[in-house]
Amino acid sequence: MNLKEEFWKGVRDEAPILLGVAPFGLLYGALAMDAGIGMPAAQAMSSILFAGSAQLIAVRMIGSGIPVLMIILVVFVVNLRHALYSASIAPHIRHLSPGWKLLLAYLLTDEAYAVTITHYHQAGDSTQKHWYFLGAGLTLWAAWQVSSTIGIFIGAQIPPDWPLGFVLPLTFIALVVPALKDRAGTLASVVAALAGLLTIGFPFRLGLLVAAFLGILTGMLVEGKPK
Amino acid sequence: MSLWLVILLTGLLTFGTRLSFILLLDRLRLPAWFQHSLRFIPLAVLSAIILPELASRNSIVDLSLRNPQFYAGALAVLVAWRTRNVLLTIIVGMVSLLLFQAILGII
Repeated sequence: MNLKEEFWKGVRDEAPILLGVAPFGLLYGALAMDAGIGMPAAQAMSSILFAGSAQLIAVRMIGSGIPVLMIILVVFVVNLRHALYSASIAPHIRHLSPGWKLLLAYLLTDEAYAVTITHYHQAGDSTQKHWYFLGAGLTLWAAWQVSSTIGIFIGAQIPPDWPLGFVLPLTFIALVVPALKDRAGTLASVVAALAGLLTIGFPFRLGLLVAAFLGILTGMLVEGKPK
Repeated sequence: MSLWLVILLTGLLTFGTRLSFILLLDRLRLPAWFQHSLRFIPLAVLSAIILPELASRNSIVDLSLRNPQFYAGALAVLVAWRTRNVLLTIIVGMVSLLLFQAILGII
C-alpha cells in the first residue's frame, strides 16, 4: 500500500470506534460545564490532555475542589498505561524523524493504539504504516474535539442506558481475539482479563496496570527463553 | 489560574508518558527478553480493559442475566474467533445487546 492508502485505511478502521467515543466526548463536555470550568479551558483540556477517561476524572475532581497537586498526580497515574503503548509501538516507528515521533506520541490514545498495533502485527511493508497510525490518530482526535465541543455547548442529551459505548469493548474484542495465535499469547490475554476483573475495585485504573503486567509476565514465562 | 496549571501539567505529563519509550528505545539497546515481551502488551492491556468492561456494572462484578453486556460480549468473542471480521463482530455484539436489553425489558 502507498502512503495515501495507508492513511485512509487508518481512517476507515478507526471509524466504527467513533460511535463509542462520541458519547464520551459529549459527556465530558457536559461534565466540564457542570464543574464550572468554562468553555475555553474545557476545550483546551480536550486538545492538550487529549485522554478520555482522565479528562472525565479530572473535571469531576476540579468540580469538587480537590487540591491541584492531587489532581495532577491522579491524572498521571490514570494515564500510565500509555507508557506500555509507547514501549509496544516504539520499535515500529524507530526509523521516523523526531517530528513524526512527537506527533504520533501525541496521538497515542487507547483507541488509535488498538487498531494501529494490530495493523503493525499484520503482514505487509511496515515502513509506510505510520501513515495508517496518523490516519487513525487524527480521526480519533477530530471526533474527540468535535464531540467535546458539542457537549460543551449543548450538553449530553444521552439516556443513561445508551448502548453505543459498548462499541469500544466490542472493537477491542474484534482486534484481540484474532491475534490469539499461540499458547503464550492466549494465556497472557486470559490472565490479564481475569486479573482485570479481580482488581476492578482498585482506584485510578491501577487494576488495569497490575492486570496488564500479570498478563505480560505470564506470556513471558510460558514462552520461556527466546531461541 | 490553577485550572490552567492543571491542564498544562497533566497534558505535559501525559504527553511525556506517551513519548517515554518511543524516545528511550532510540537510545537504548534493550535486551532480547524485553523486546520479545513487547508483543504481549496489546493482548494483555486490551484484555484487561475488555473483561471488566463486560462483566461489571458500577465497578461491581455482575455475571447475572441483569447484565446483558456480558452475554452479548461473549457472543462477540465467538464471532471474532470464527470470522476474524471486525465489523461483523461489532454488529453482532450491538444487535445482541439491544435484543438482550429488549427481552430484559419485557421480563
